[in-house]
Amino acid sequence: MLSVSELGKTYPSGERALHDVSMEVAGKEIVSIIGPSGAGKSTMIRCINRLTEPTEGSIVLDGRDVTGLSGKELQTARREMGMIFQEFNLVERLTVMENVLSGTLGYLSTWNAFRRNYQGEDVERAYEVLDRVGMAGRENARADELSGGQRQRVGIARAVLQRPKIILADEPTSALDPETSRAVMDLLTEISRDEDIPVLINIHEVELAREYAERIVGLREGEVVFEGPPEELDSDARNVIYRGAEPASPTVVAQEKTGVSISEVDKETSF
Amino acid sequence: MAVENPRSWRKYDLRTRLVRYLAVLLTLVVGAVSWQALNIHYQFALTAPWALADLFGRMYPPDVGYSTEIAGPLVETINIAILGTGLAIIMSLPVAYIGAENTTFNRYTYVLGKLIIVVSRSVNVIVWALIFVVVFGAGALSGVLAVAFRSIGFCAKLLAEGIEEIDPGQVEAIRATGAPGPSVLVYGVVPQIKPLLIGITTYRWDINVREATIIGFVGAGGIGVQLQTQVNFLDWRAVFTILIAILGIVLFSEVLSAYLRKKVT
Repeated sequence: MLSVSELGKTYPSGERALHDVSMEVAGKEIVSIIGPSGAGKSTMIRCINRLTEPTEGSIVLDGRDVTGLSGKELQTARREMGMIFQEFNLVERLTVMENVLSGTLGYLSTWNAFRRNYQGEDVERAYEVLDRVGMAGRENARADELSGGQRQRVGIARAVLQRPKIILADEPTSALDPETSRAVMDLLTEISRDEDIPVLINIHEVELAREYAERIVGLREGEVVFEGPPEELDSDARNVIYRGAEPASPTVVAQEKTGVSISEVDKETSF
Repeated sequence: MAVENPRSWRKYDLRTRLVRYLAVLLTLVVGAVSWQALNIHYQFALTAPWALADLFGRMYPPDVGYSTEIAGPLVETINIAILGTGLAIIMSLPVAYIGAENTTFNRYTYVLGKLIIVVSRSVNVIVWALIFVVVFGAGALSGVLAVAFRSIGFCAKLLAEGIEEIDPGQVEAIRATGAPGPSVLVYGVVPQIKPLLIGITTYRWDINVREATIIGFVGAGGIGVQLQTQVNFLDWRAVFTILIAILGIVLFSEVLSAYLRKKVT
């Protein structure tokens, strides 16, 4: 179980990216973080495995506080969190198999990593996972030969090879066309069920979030302004997230404004 | 319809033009002053054509029989270049690592890396050779070390620039798997700079073949030793043979390195 409490991130420039963010992700649920550009979605995800250093609050994964760790312990903590990137971030000049097996680097000595001397069971698992993500037979292709969708599949396989306790996905579909995006979301859902792990996805397509997530967290200007199941994400809630409207808007005038703004929000979010 | 006031256009306005004229004038003055300061004896320049014709007369025809004697030194020259380049690459890897802004540990290591690069590059190969001949005595070992130390800066500088241009996302992804630091380097950084590394190695080897031909002048091995000796003996026909041989291996190394570099990209 991942438990984030009162997480804050203030950059040295004084810019406040996150403020007092708390959430829990457990079981095998799929949680989506949505919000406009610059709301702190990426910062949030990246703070969890400390690719970005949070300045306040704590992150606890299965009883272990990740925030204070360093060195070997931090590596072990990162190993338990699979990460999927918007730009895939495969090592372009290595083969698909090397990229998938790079998910096991946290279990390997550098000498063995250098010699590509992986554990036998990991190689077997790599084949299985490649098959599951639909990339069987492409083991020896170089990553730079693949299309975006294929790269993301390899990226997912790499994360699964880590034997993670949670998968963090930072805008996994933003660089993909709508159809491929759905395939990737389907795959993430499937992995979550099969591996019995939660997936925390930060996403800007509200449509996809509503379709796939069991719970949605709305961020605006670094703060949580919405949290609930997809059904509760009505136009009011979207206004709060994307337009900064007050949570309750009782007057007729406000509702009229809402009517106008929804369509604008829709354009912005390809909804 | 005739244009009454044709619009004029000039690239530079009056002020800029004046500055440019002044810059040209200044360049000419600097050239003239340097010329004067050097105190060149023009009578030698006047006799140069005869001197050249005379020298060529003594050189021609090249001493073909001597060519068998220089085969060994030629091979030694190439070997000095190979070992020197290899050594330089190995030593330049850590220097490049600390000399690249994105991989260096802190400000001090960065400055140290840059310092090593500058020192290595600012000392000519002949000076390095002199130093090593004093320390290790005359011979190929001094030549290898001279070539290596001269090359560290060149290789490390280009490598460091390459490291600064890698895609940080790939490195980050490897770090996110929980890989230990050295593994991040091996998996995330090395594949990205590998083609560059091969390119630099062959290019530098090509340069080093040329460098290895002259370090023999100060006793650091290679074909330069023979060249120096034959010049001292005034055996100009043998000198001509050596010069042709040097031209040959330099051409060979240039073609080979160009071919290899083309292959890896």
